[in-house]
Amino acid sequence: MRSEDEKTRELLKKKESLIQGGGPQAAQKQVSMGKLLARERIMTILDDDSFHEYDMFVEHKCSDFGMDKKQLPGDGVITGTGKIEGHPVCIYAQDFTVAGGSLGLMHARKITKIMDHAIKLGIPIIGINDSGGARIQEGVNSLAGYGEIFFRNTLASGAVPQISIVLGPCAGGAVYSPALTDFVFVVDKITKMFITGPEVIKTVLGEEITMEELGGAKVQAETSGNAHFYAETEQECFAMVKRLVSFIPWNSRKKADRFPPKPPKPHYDLNEIVPLEPRKPYDVREVIRAVCDDSDFLEIQEYWAANIVVGFARLSGETVGIVANQPLVLAGVLDVDSSDKAARFIRFCDAFHIPLVTFVDLPGYLPGVDQEHAGVIRHGAKVLFAYSEATVPKVTIILRKAYGGGYIAMCSRHLGADFVFAWPMAEIAVMGPEGAANIIFRKEISEAEDPEATRLKMVDEYKCKFANPYIAAANGHVDAIIRRDETRDFLIRAIEISGQKQEWRPLKKHGVPPN
Amino acid sequence: MKNDIDLRTLKLEDTTYETRLTKKFLSRQPYARPCPSEIRAHIPGVICDLRVQPGQKVARGESLLVLEAMKMQNDLTAAVSGTVRTVHVSPGDVVPKGHLLIELDLHEHAP
Repeated sequence: MRSEDEKTRELLKKKESLIQGGGPQAAQKQVSMGKLLARERIMTILDDDSFHEYDMFVEHKCSDFGMDKKQLPGDGVITGTGKIEGHPVCIYAQDFTVAGGSLGLMHARKITKIMDHAIKLGIPIIGINDSGGARIQEGVNSLAGYGEIFFRNTLASGAVPQISIVLGPCAGGAVYSPALTDFVFVVDKITKMFITGPEVIKTVLGEEITMEELGGAKVQAETSGNAHFYAETEQECFAMVKRLVSFIPWNSRKKADRFPPKPPKPHYDLNEIVPLEPRKPYDVREVIRAVCDDSDFLEIQEYWAANIVVGFARLSGETVGIVANQPLVLAGVLDVDSSDKAARFIRFCDAFHIPLVTFVDLPGYLPGVDQEHAGVIRHGAKVLFAYSEATVPKVTIILRKAYGGGYIAMCSRHLGADFVFAWPMAEIAVMGPEGAANIIFRKEISEAEDPEATRLKMVDEYKCKFANPYIAAANGHVDAIIRRDETRDFLIRAIEISGQKQEWRPLKKHGVPPN
Repeated sequence: MKNDIDLRTLKLEDTTYETRLTKKFLSRQPYARPCPSEIRAHIPGVICDLRVQPGQKVARGESLLVLEAMKMQNDLTAAVSGTVRTVHVSPGDVVPKGHLLIELDLHEHAP
């Protein structure tokens, strides 16, 4: 090292000390829990040598409860800018080794400052949460800090992508920052998210449950739907973050990066994947892989509400948002959870200029007292609202069934689809042939000598007449009926030709979506 | 984290589909009509005061017990008039949501 002047040596010494965070013992504890250190996390996500740290010298201002004698390096959070595969981002990571990553006013100010940068600069904000919660010694000031973060999460929503990576506890009010962001990543055995923890639940309600069972990664990914991406390890999680960033734009004024077009992998054959019989299941993700570039599909919320599939793929190099009914799970019905999942994703895509491609194959809505009482009316309405509101290019392809309200909801022409294609085996009708025949021909069937034979005859009659795409096409609700092997070509052309699409909406402050 | 592969059937509008069923779908509870003679905990909590005993007549609106939950004392009253048949809890009991607390025999023409 070349000889430095005294002032520079002093700086280096100070930085060296601050970089130690909570010190070797606390670091050892963090590592023993299977967790990376905050700084290591940032370095692993970001491109080599791209991290610039800010506000390293920020100190807390609390003097109560002996806090004036405590020095908390960086006030328990590391903030800065960097790049992910060349994309600039703002990033922060709470440092659990410093006072348990607890959030005080200055800790929060560092976060809100880097969030303000992200909003102004038009680049994504990535937050790594690992914190015991509010710094109790700071009282209402730590609550103020949370509130100021939530406010900025809301300002940033739809302006820049917001990614939360929950790598430790994130409890109480703190969970609302991830909840307000676009994508939440969780890691098995490390993530713990809840509003009220197991101890409170036990004292107040007498119910015993572990942190893992209450709000672990699996629960968030499978049961609550709070998480969008689940990983087994932190390393796997960071690889997923990088992949996600490659699909989305920096901000709402920019399009996502265009990649060199690549054909799908040759072993995906649409004629083999989809059974002709509409009652038979298949994995719609295979259909997506059969048409998208390099068969590369990044699924979001894979384990929650699996009866609908959402995620990002590319068509001829351009990012598209995919929404697809999944006949493999619950026959692909719409219900409370799948409606929420689809609607949120559609609104993200619309905010960030990502064209929507919808694959339709659904029998309708899930019947049941639980569904009605859980509000399937207002939840289902979100899908209608999100599709109707979206002004990005919207392309719909009806694969097999599109019955009743489900047909309307899945980005039909009537909700503003720019292009609607259908396969020749598509059945676009008010309901399936069995149900329809039983209602229309109820009298004939019940009065027949052989009701079952008559019923089958009537089902066949209905099938021939209505269970096809031609009536919808004759009315212009479907633009083209295409062979299965033409699907990719039609989708690519539709997306390409929609590149300059403009669509106007009535002037207003904002809509009021059902929730 | 993988869904189990086994296919089941799901009947929707007279059509039977082959598909996987979700955990949530399989754990649905059948709907039970609320019964005015059964007093249940509407919120989990602790029984802090029991105000009736078996055989006692109660009028509609009369206080039956106090259930403390979330630091609030909830006065549970009879929705209809009747006679207390059974008391299933004692003061200090911690009860989950939906727990059966008291059963009444409804008076004829009970308002």
